[in-house]
Amino acid sequence: MNKHKINEKPHYLNPYFGGVLLGLLVVVTFYITGRGLGASGSVKSTVVTTVNAIAPQHAENNPYFSKYIPKDKSPMNNWLVYESFGILIGGLLSGVIYGRIKKFRIEHGKHTTSSKRLIFAVLGGALFGFGSQFGRGCTSGAALVGSASFSFGGVIVMLGIFGTGYAVAYFFRKLWI
Amino acid sequence: MGPLIPNEIITGDWNFVIAILIGIAFGFLLEASGFSSSRNLAGVFYGYNFVVLRVFFTAVIVAMVGLLYFDYFGWLDLSKIFILPTYLSPMILGSVIMGIGFVMGGFCPGTSFTAIAIGKMDALFFAIGLFIGIFIFGESFPLFKDYYYSGSMGNVTLTDVTGIAAPWFAFGFTVIALAAFWVSAEIEKKVRKNTKEYKF
Repeated sequence: MNKHKINEKPHYLNPYFGGVLLGLLVVVTFYITGRGLGASGSVKSTVVTTVNAIAPQHAENNPYFSKYIPKDKSPMNNWLVYESFGILIGGLLSGVIYGRIKKFRIEHGKHTTSSKRLIFAVLGGALFGFGSQFGRGCTSGAALVGSASFSFGGVIVMLGIFGTGYAVAYFFRKLWI
Repeated sequence: MGPLIPNEIITGDWNFVIAILIGIAFGFLLEASGFSSSRNLAGVFYGYNFVVLRVFFTAVIVAMVGLLYFDYFGWLDLSKIFILPTYLSPMILGSVIMGIGFVMGGFCPGTSFTAIAIGKMDALFFAIGLFIGIFIFGESFPLFKDYYYSGSMGNVTLTDVTGIAAPWFAFGFTVIALAAFWVSAEIEKKVRKNTKEYKF
């Protein structure tokens, strides 16, 4: 893994410039589609599709999964699934332009190991996925787009995610610093 | 007048093409802003990198003000856009769980997708975790179905709840964001003084 001195930071957009463009993208998305960006919804569609493929009867009987199985098409035929596919392409494009595409690697803090990092990544992901269902969206759909469109719930989710992050950061500091 | 697809100015056939194009722009901006690195993201909680706060809050206030201008000029009918519904108690619980997941996993869903795209295994494991978490949620849903639907307030905005007009919220968020940008830059300077190297 490459070690950069602090004065050799990788090239990123100026964060305020990136933020302005992201904000404009939210506005343009509302202007065109009347709805916002999202990310966790596509994973939900993937879960529903998988369960439906392996055990269709079980998926049909489950009061949560069955909500997201359309009668006439695949659950993957969904706006957020296409959009998330775009997120992958967009990330790839930016990675190519800025030279950040490298072989598979694990990024972790100085005081932790790769395997520990992966275990916590799975656990953190599982919590995030679970929580996003109660939250009606994640950092994109609820916290960013929800807040930007003045949704009361969106602001609640934004404050909840970041507030909790600060509250528990101390206990997980060895993972990062 | 917008929104273009719900008002049938653009036909629904274009929906998925537009979804991919919007996704590409979203993914590009996340990656180019440095959100494909869990250490960059986690920095917001430890004071060594506030890039999340800068990008996120700038985007929120630009989008808030932008939506108000689009409405003012008559380009976008804000009554026709999707407002995320509020289920107060479940959403508070959900956001608390997500906050813990964020610090443990170092990503949120969207950022993990862009990190997978540039080859981060930790992001791939995070995404597998997302899948597992949502699967467990669905399987155990009958246990907390009533709670899931509790606290429903409908598709309410801050204005519906408080009676204060939206521009005041845009103004308030802008003032808070500017103050946060200044304070966080000072904190970052102090914390980084003690940081010799930063591994990406």
